[in-house]
Amino acid sequence: MPRADDFTVRHIGSNPEQLTAMLDALGVASLDELIEQTVPASIRSNHRFKLPEALDENRLNKLSRLVAADNVAAISMIGLGYYGTVTPPVIRRNVLENPDWYTAYTPYQPEVSQARLEVLLSFQQMIIDLCALEIANASLLDEATAAAEAMMLARRVNKNPSNRFLIGRDCLPQTIAVVKTRAQPMGIDAVVDVNGDDDGDCFGALIQYPSANGDIYARAEYEKFIEKMHAKNALVIMAADLLALTLLTPPGELGADIAVGTTQRFGVPMGFGGPHAAYFATREKYKRSIPGRLIGVSIDANGNRAYRMALQTREQHIRRDKATSNICTAQVLLAVMATFYAQYHGPGGLTRIAKRVNRLTRALADGLAHLGFPVVHRHFFDTLMVRTPDGAARLCDKAEQARYNLRLIDRDHVGVSLDETITTDKVEGLLHVFASTTAHEIEGMLFNRDLEKSIPADLERSSAFLQHPHFHRYHSETEFMRYLRKTASKDITLSRSMIPLGSCTMKLNAASEMEPISNPLFAHIHPFAPAKHARGYHRIINKLDIMLCELTGFAVFSFQPNAGSQGEYTGLLCIRAWHRSRGEDARDVCLIPSSAHGTNPASAIMAGMQVVVVKCDPDGNIDIDDLEARAKEHADRLAAGMVTYPSTHGVFEESIKQICDIVHRHGGQVYMDGANMNAMVGICRPAEIGADVMHLNLHKTFAIPHGGGGPGMGPIGVAKHLAPFLPDHPLVSCNRGGSDPVGTVSAAPWGSPLILPISWAYMRLLGDYGLKRSTKVAILNANYIAHRLNPHYPVVYKGVNGRVAHECVVSLAPIKDACGVTVEDVAKRLIDYGYHAPTMSWPVPESLMIEPTESESKEEIDRFCDALIEIREEIREIEAGKFTLENSLLTNAPHSYHLLVSDDWPMPYSRQRAFFPTNEVRNNKYWPPVGRVDNVYGDKNLQCSCPPMSDYAGVDVVV
Amino acid sequence: MTIKYTEDHEWVREKGDLHVVGITDYAQEQLGEIVYVELPAVGGAVTQGAEAAVVESVKAAGEVKSPLSGTVAEVNDKLEDSPELVNQDPEGKGWLYKIRAENPQQLDALLDADAYRELVRPLA
Repeated sequence: MPRADDFTVRHIGSNPEQLTAMLDALGVASLDELIEQTVPASIRSNHRFKLPEALDENRLNKLSRLVAADNVAAISMIGLGYYGTVTPPVIRRNVLENPDWYTAYTPYQPEVSQARLEVLLSFQQMIIDLCALEIANASLLDEATAAAEAMMLARRVNKNPSNRFLIGRDCLPQTIAVVKTRAQPMGIDAVVDVNGDDDGDCFGALIQYPSANGDIYARAEYEKFIEKMHAKNALVIMAADLLALTLLTPPGELGADIAVGTTQRFGVPMGFGGPHAAYFATREKYKRSIPGRLIGVSIDANGNRAYRMALQTREQHIRRDKATSNICTAQVLLAVMATFYAQYHGPGGLTRIAKRVNRLTRALADGLAHLGFPVVHRHFFDTLMVRTPDGAARLCDKAEQARYNLRLIDRDHVGVSLDETITTDKVEGLLHVFASTTAHEIEGMLFNRDLEKSIPADLERSSAFLQHPHFHRYHSETEFMRYLRKTASKDITLSRSMIPLGSCTMKLNAASEMEPISNPLFAHIHPFAPAKHARGYHRIINKLDIMLCELTGFAVFSFQPNAGSQGEYTGLLCIRAWHRSRGEDARDVCLIPSSAHGTNPASAIMAGMQVVVVKCDPDGNIDIDDLEARAKEHADRLAAGMVTYPSTHGVFEESIKQICDIVHRHGGQVYMDGANMNAMVGICRPAEIGADVMHLNLHKTFAIPHGGGGPGMGPIGVAKHLAPFLPDHPLVSCNRGGSDPVGTVSAAPWGSPLILPISWAYMRLLGDYGLKRSTKVAILNANYIAHRLNPHYPVVYKGVNGRVAHECVVSLAPIKDACGVTVEDVAKRLIDYGYHAPTMSWPVPESLMIEPTESESKEEIDRFCDALIEIREEIREIEAGKFTLENSLLTNAPHSYHLLVSDDWPMPYSRQRAFFPTNEVRNNKYWPPVGRVDNVYGDKNLQCSCPPMSDYAGVDVVV
Repeated sequence: MTIKYTEDHEWVREKGDLHVVGITDYAQEQLGEIVYVELPAVGGAVTQGAEAAVVESVKAAGEVKSPLSGTVAEVNDKLEDSPELVNQDPEGKGWLYKIRAENPQQLDALLDADAYRELVRPLA
């Protein structure tokens, strides 16, 4: 029996009586009986899971603070793309720590996502302005992968047949490593321009602005380089520091084709490497080749402005192996924070911050020169390369004793980077460190001098930026707080109602699990800090590794992949490397079932594999005969088979072991997509089933919030034989198995470590009993929904005993055939009832895939089912001819407040039915801020920047 | 004037010494409202059965496989501003491109109107 303070009872939505009522409805005596009926005996694990005892919240919080105290938040001056920053407390409390923001899902349903969409549009505007380019996307995973994506865009749009890609020698080391890793399987020869004079042909080039060592070249040099590249039909990518761009001529004005970078220093803590939002901007003419999500402006059914995700046909969920990228989860929460930071400070505030950073850097350079430490570069923004012949290591040690972390560049040079957290005192302190190694006196010499400018006069920024009123209106905290509140109220998030998205596992993200991310001792750690400053993080990572290995049966986990899609890519790279290590270079075919997530084929292509699609049978299972035939046909070249388990149809396929066996027998390795791990935790172990490698979406199964479309984490677990190939990092060794790493897949060694304590806390709070019980209840809830809905909407796929896994797919195809009502109509009508729609038309057309998770109570599940059943009645009215399809509750949904207040009510049903279809809705009404969004209009009239303020007059709704 | 069809729902019609290519009414119906058409470069080579154009709605991207091999002689520029022509008149004003066929005998293996109708009847 659980103790009174057991967190499991808080995590699981239903109380024991409600659980019993659901079991009764299903006609089973116990949870265990249900599991026996659902999960094939052949894959249920007999393993005795060795997991730590559950902790109550108090103990967990105490332990988390103790672990954090093992980290050392020194004064970080390492730079290299990670800087100290001040998260304005109004943003921390109202956004980062506010479930209205962090529990939202990706804005695929635009009508219930206008808040995130509006802020992400401002994000795009901010990037467009600062880079002086024409179009920007709504975030990528990190700067290094953004640079790799830029290389791929250059490859796609460029007719230049060269396969060479030039990397500037002054680029960030982690960017170079990630770009090279990404280039290799694509047959791209990514070369570092070691001497800065590479004249060979190439299709693209990447330069860092300012350089990794802080240098800023003369304007003419940038322009000459870009002209030279354009002359040979190569695209130029500038990886630019966003804060520096407030003072420097932006990439677009220098002639660059693409700009990438991180928005971390816009108020998002370093977090030992992430998560942070990367940006990506380019020319309008390349818009159809942009990777990732793009927010656009459209109109709703009433002709009012509405936002949505645009040009989705570029993306993996539609274009699969022909997508522009495999990216799915991005970094929405962090992009939102960075945007709010810019709106809070405005262009004037940002410029002041940048100028202050630059002035202190100049003062430091001046002081150092007087102490006999010459600064190598005349022009810089915030980073100095300081010369100290043969003394660099000793200086770094000295600095460390005084709590400064500097960057050891080589034996003769140290790097020092400043940021907005660096004060005059800290600069003075650092000068003392340097002085202590010489006989110089520093008193009185600082800050009284005229400092030479460090930005070339002709590179000073002259163009305005962030002129949109959104960046000027909210500089008082009262206005800003209300703006945040007003905006947040537009979206449906878990803080409002259940989000039953199949394959997404929108479970509770408990407050105690979220606490560590606000702890400064987790937040303010640089990813390249000395290992002894990150002992707390290493404890978390090691414990997570042990617990995840225990749950999955794998030998070791790599935490570098930043999202499920990155895990797929990394896992497939490991498989390829393993084949090569055995002399089987020809193995490059990847078998992927037609029902797979779109990321699977997109990732396989990135790993240099050829996709061969395997059919599914009418029951949604992988067609064994077809799999066998395809495996046999490609036996000489078979590299891998990718499989999702339980299947994307929400069923525990009986044949899973046979599927793994067929792939193995023909020489392939099994990649398991872990999106559905929530149905298996503590019940079966993927490695025992036959998987060789698998990613886990920590933001699904292990309680990291979705953040409105990121952050995510997609660590991969591998069997022992694949461990040597796990990724490493050029600056920090992080591959424990690793003799032969595949390269580097993320900018930071452990992906996004700041959110790892969430998953650690989740497992420590639940323990062995709670984790298993969560899986069982997730399965119970899904079966209860299937049971309730089946008479109204047929449940399409079931296991041999008529049970579904942790989600169920209901078909609306018969409804469409009978009366023309589509799954989209039902999804939009659910909004009037206050619900976010389940996953639509995936993996089969005209279906809803419903995943309740263990965290929803029977009461909420019943409310949701009642809504769907009531909607079925509304559909019957159309079928019976009471209403026409064209003017029905369904097709006019969602009903926005514009209709309510309109004098004209041309509907054949009452306002009451439209807006308050049930009493439940009366008690807790969600007001959609827009009517149905016109997707066609938005894609035909693409606009991806903020509309002029005059368009906004009087249309904001406050709920 | 004969019109031929592929199993991938393209049509091809002889016109002078060129062949006009488009997608069928069934194909446009399946895709829904078309918002963008990616056309091949004039002067470029296309191969029978290989992707030559892409027709996109907001939710799907239909790859157009060339019914014949040859060189692209002309593309329908009107589709840039009015992709909806493909919905409105798929076998007329919504044509995609014209090719100078390398080997017009390739036409022989394609479906005639009756055979194509038979093909889509069970699908509709």
